[in-house]
Amino acid sequence: MTRRFVLHAVLLAGAVLTLAPLLWMVAASLMPSGQATTYPLHLVPHPVTLANYRYLFTHLDLARNVVNSAIVALSATVLSLLINSMAGYAFAKFRFRGRDSLFRLMLAGLIIPPQVGMLPLFVLMRQLHLVNSYWGVIVPSMASIFGIFLIRQYALSIPDELLDAARIDGASELTIYRRIVLPVLTPILVTFAVFMFMSTWNDFLWPLIILSDDAKYTLPVALANLSGEHVQDTELMMAGSVITLLPVLIVFVALQRYYIEGVTAGSVKG
Amino acid sequence: MGIERAQQRAAYALLAPAALLITVFFALPILASLILSVTDFDIYALAAPGNARFVGVRNYADLLRTPLFWTAIGNTLYYVAVGGPLSVLVSLGAALLVNSKLTRFKPFFRAVYFTPVVTTLVAVAIIWKYLYGLHLPGLPAIDWLGDRHWAKLAIILMSVWKSFGYNMLIFVAGLQAVPQELYDAALVDGATAVQRFRHVTLPQLGPTFLFVSITTMIGYTQLFAEPYVMTQGGPLHATYSIVEYMYEQGFRWWQLGSAAAIAFVLFALILVGSLVQARFRPAETS
Repeated sequence: MTRRFVLHAVLLAGAVLTLAPLLWMVAASLMPSGQATTYPLHLVPHPVTLANYRYLFTHLDLARNVVNSAIVALSATVLSLLINSMAGYAFAKFRFRGRDSLFRLMLAGLIIPPQVGMLPLFVLMRQLHLVNSYWGVIVPSMASIFGIFLIRQYALSIPDELLDAARIDGASELTIYRRIVLPVLTPILVTFAVFMFMSTWNDFLWPLIILSDDAKYTLPVALANLSGEHVQDTELMMAGSVITLLPVLIVFVALQRYYIEGVTAGSVKG
Repeated sequence: MGIERAQQRAAYALLAPAALLITVFFALPILASLILSVTDFDIYALAAPGNARFVGVRNYADLLRTPLFWTAIGNTLYYVAVGGPLSVLVSLGAALLVNSKLTRFKPFFRAVYFTPVVTTLVAVAIIWKYLYGLHLPGLPAIDWLGDRHWAKLAIILMSVWKSFGYNMLIFVAGLQAVPQELYDAALVDGATAVQRFRHVTLPQLGPTFLFVSITTMIGYTQLFAEPYVMTQGGPLHATYSIVEYMYEQGFRWWQLGSAAAIAFVLFALILVGSLVQARFRPAETS
């Protein structure tokens, strides 16, 4: 009995420590300017104010960055679902020359850190006139080796008989993909969609490199930029952090089952 | 035969978009980066790539003579050497707690511990920057981000907080895969809880340890947003990382040739680190 009590006390302390920075962020974002850093420390805003949020949207035009982030993350997610489900399905259910060596070569690419290609990628984007554009952010993340791998592993379980029966009935390959394969793949596609949305929403280095104009910045880039200009405005920066974190936290709470599955699936490479 | 050919065509058509994108925006840039690293590609070459000249290994040789390069390497190795084991230990501890037979509300604790993983790095780096500035009653007043000796540790603590939930999940999956018979057999032999942990759990977790320690190491070698946002690499470059050096060299000073060389040093570091761990871990646990 006491062991169980100690165990749960430790677990609870860990949970409080884990959530404390996020709870403090929310509290501080609702405080009047200066209150978060006056002593004795305030943990509860008094009075509660939305002034920081109002300032971000009226004076700093953060709404624009929210829209930028939403456009980039949503289009990258939708496009990558289409592109990687096609490729994952092809690797799983078709026999074609060079399939296995191509698949192995692709997986080998996973060990190369993405930063290695970023410099030539920037030069390429300049040639394509995609610097400082949404497409410049989206295009490099549309095809995902991890996504192809994840979807392929799942698609392996689609019975060949199902596909062959449809072929005998005269269905085109496109119809089979749309009407049979995509519905069967739905659970893994949700997992992958959550992954893609999170990683494109949270991404920092590449958007920082490719975007040069405040009006085009995604939220993380805009936030990093603001934090340099408003070093003293703790409460304001916390409001900006809340706005940046809210979408990913909502997606996580709503779809965590799928996300957590994806994490463990990604670790058992085989 | 006709069916087979139609299938081949369908397969290539399904693969084409991904193959094209991976080739153009991933594979070719990596090869191009290798070439870039042996040229003096700079802002003039950016305007007209013909301006770049072949310089052999000069970029690499110059790096070796630059103190800032060694600072960045030293800091990054510190992140890996101190942060890596700390991350792995905290993750394993959390996994053991969450996975214990006595634990109730497992999904709740798992979700709470995992929450920092999904957060936006830039936002949480900003939160922690302000948290480090607070003087908490009862704790010694440490200038976390302003002191050369504490700043690296401050960044590591934040990274541990941000990422331990991920490895915790991997460890939980590993723990659940340990066959119950092994524990039963150990119990019959009268093994204590500590002995069971040392002689059953740890060896069985070998492959999980390898995966976790390699991915954690890779994570620490690629540290960028944390110092960029929290300390701008300071104080006195005490937190300056390799990726930060690459970013500044490439996109602030527009020395893309030299930056590409830094990128390959990073790659080499990751490769060597992974091989060393792959070589030593299984021997240690078997």
